[in-house]
Amino acid sequence: MKLLDVKSGKKVCIVGFQGSRGVELKLRQLGLLPGDTAKVIRHAPLGGPLLVEFKGRRIALGRGIAVKILVEEV
Amino acid sequence: MRFALIGQPNCGKSTLFNHVAGYKAETGNFAGTTVTYIESKILVSGKKYHLVDLPGTYSLSGMNPAEKVTLQYLTSREVSVIINVVDASHLAQGLGLTVELLEMQKPLVVALNMMDEAAREGMTIDIPELQGLLGTPVVPLIASKGRGVRNLFVTAHYVAKQDNSPERLTYAKDLEEVILEIAGNLDGKAAMLEPEPFAIKLLEGDMQWQDQIHDEYPQLLPKLNHAQLMIEQTRGQSADWVISGERQALATNLASAVVVQGERRVSWRDRIDDILLHPVFGYVALVLIMFLFFQIVYGIGSILEPPLLNIFSQLEVFLDNLIGADTLLGASLIGIVQGIAGGVAIVFPYLVPFLLGLGFLEDIGYLPRIAFLMDTLMKRIGLHGNAIVPFILGYGCNVPAVMSTRMLENRRDRFLAAALSTLVPCAARIAVVFGLVAFYLGPTVALAIYFFNLVVIAITGRILSGLLPEKTPGLILEMPVYRIPTIRTIIHKTWFRLHEFVVEAWPILIAGSLVLAILIFYNLDNFINSLVRPITWILGLPAAVGLPLIFGILRKELSLVMLYQALGGVEFSEVLTSVQLITYAVFVVFYIPCLATLAVLKRELGIRNMVIITLLTVVIAMIAAQIARLLAIIIL
Repeated sequence: MKLLDVKSGKKVCIVGFQGSRGVELKLRQLGLLPGDTAKVIRHAPLGGPLLVEFKGRRIALGRGIAVKILVEEV
Repeated sequence: MRFALIGQPNCGKSTLFNHVAGYKAETGNFAGTTVTYIESKILVSGKKYHLVDLPGTYSLSGMNPAEKVTLQYLTSREVSVIINVVDASHLAQGLGLTVELLEMQKPLVVALNMMDEAAREGMTIDIPELQGLLGTPVVPLIASKGRGVRNLFVTAHYVAKQDNSPERLTYAKDLEEVILEIAGNLDGKAAMLEPEPFAIKLLEGDMQWQDQIHDEYPQLLPKLNHAQLMIEQTRGQSADWVISGERQALATNLASAVVVQGERRVSWRDRIDDILLHPVFGYVALVLIMFLFFQIVYGIGSILEPPLLNIFSQLEVFLDNLIGADTLLGASLIGIVQGIAGGVAIVFPYLVPFLLGLGFLEDIGYLPRIAFLMDTLMKRIGLHGNAIVPFILGYGCNVPAVMSTRMLENRRDRFLAAALSTLVPCAARIAVVFGLVAFYLGPTVALAIYFFNLVVIAITGRILSGLLPEKTPGLILEMPVYRIPTIRTIIHKTWFRLHEFVVEAWPILIAGSLVLAILIFYNLDNFINSLVRPITWILGLPAAVGLPLIFGILRKELSLVMLYQALGGVEFSEVLTSVQLITYAVFVVFYIPCLATLAVLKRELGIRNMVIITLLTVVIAMIAAQIARLLAIIIL
């Protein structure tokens, strides 16, 4: 499933990335790698970004980004 | 001796730089990019050094302008020691860059910054152990409080004297074999890099290096392609991916070897986002915080402004009596005084508290939260949440608004955000709207003009973003932990920004004021009115408003002050109809940014974009004023 479809408060495991290299690279550099667990803290209303926590950091991801991140619920 | 500061974004690198350089930095543009590095001479323990603050970067892959600048600087300049600033509270990610820097085989010192932050996270870091594993000195640091700074530079000085380069960390066996094979073909003459780091960069497929070997080592290219293919076949991923993955793995192992993770102290900083980013309360808080912010700024400004203006008007009277406003000298001097007054009495009372408040919001970490909340709205006009900041600033003054577009990554976003934020009515234009519309027609009409302004900005944003299709995929923005700012940094920051205004915009204001004084002295005001007549005629306004409109370019309040003189010193409502008052006010809200804003636009985006934005505002002002006029005729 896609990170975008994960409900707030749920923990997921990153499976992989789709789409452009640039996005994946930027996420990797922020420390988000396949196999990592991440927690969706909240979705901003009206199609806004997601707030995701991993490795003690909180990152806002636009929906265009979140739709390209493949995850599994844990 | 030259030290280069390098680190990932938001690791406190610039805090360290400003701590030792004292905001005396000169900025320099690297050819063709907006990304800058800052260099300064510093004095630590009686010794002088050159210190360079390179743009924050996650890696040296040369993917974006900031990374390119950093890599070019490190390979082409005489850097005695690289000081790698690492955020200790996010050690694993920070060390990713350290591993890459070790590959460069240049003298290196690791500054482990934000040790207080790490302690709060419950982390204990074994520094001697990390030093041993990296083979390079590691210095603990709390840059915001200046702790460890002296020790850092003493260490850097010692490392520079020794001129010992650390060994790079080794990768998996198969990868090492390929690296050594490629490196065997290089002689260390190219690119100012040693054979091994050069081989790694080549395997990563960096275009700028590939071109170079095409010329200098033509026989290497097929070998390189073969090696990349080999890696891809055995690992199932492209070579650059394998290498960056290895780096991350090394960094993660390093971090887990030296960090003891204790109990995390839960504090107010964890709870506060539950409110500030809440789908309902978050927006309530945003409105409250912004309201409070502007109330305070205007409160301070409106207390300071009248006495300051009074001083200058007394000075004008004094000059009139002494030399006479009817002589060229007298008129010119009064013009200069008016220009100085514009800076001192209008801008300073509002700009200083505004910048102080902004510095506070910035340092505490609230601005990224606003970006998070406003992303949806900003997407509608073709921008990301990050671009909300210039808009908020615009309500105070367009000058810092345009300056703040610097934080946006690409030129298209910067242009769009700058163009739209100049349409936001600043404090001065608010004065015009209040003085004309609210005073004569009531506050409801003034509020309607505000709303109308928002609609116009939204429509303009949609049209412009349609013309400039977007390439960036979306928002990726770290929400930093809240930090209590120090008064010292906020004051320094404010002074640094004010300094730019004083040096660059103010002289133009004074010169423009002088030129207009001379024009009036030679009775050229009728001539000017006739020049602007086509515009005033289309808008159904009397010819006499031409001069106040021209003056308004200098300083927006002058559109109000000069109108009084231009109309012969009578009540506006006796000369202008309600419809004309509204048309005039709406035109003033949108047309040509003031001189100070134009100066900043030119510096930030270049003269061409400045002209484009200026013409754009005239067109928008004409259309908006016509629409407002029609609406006023229908409704009133």
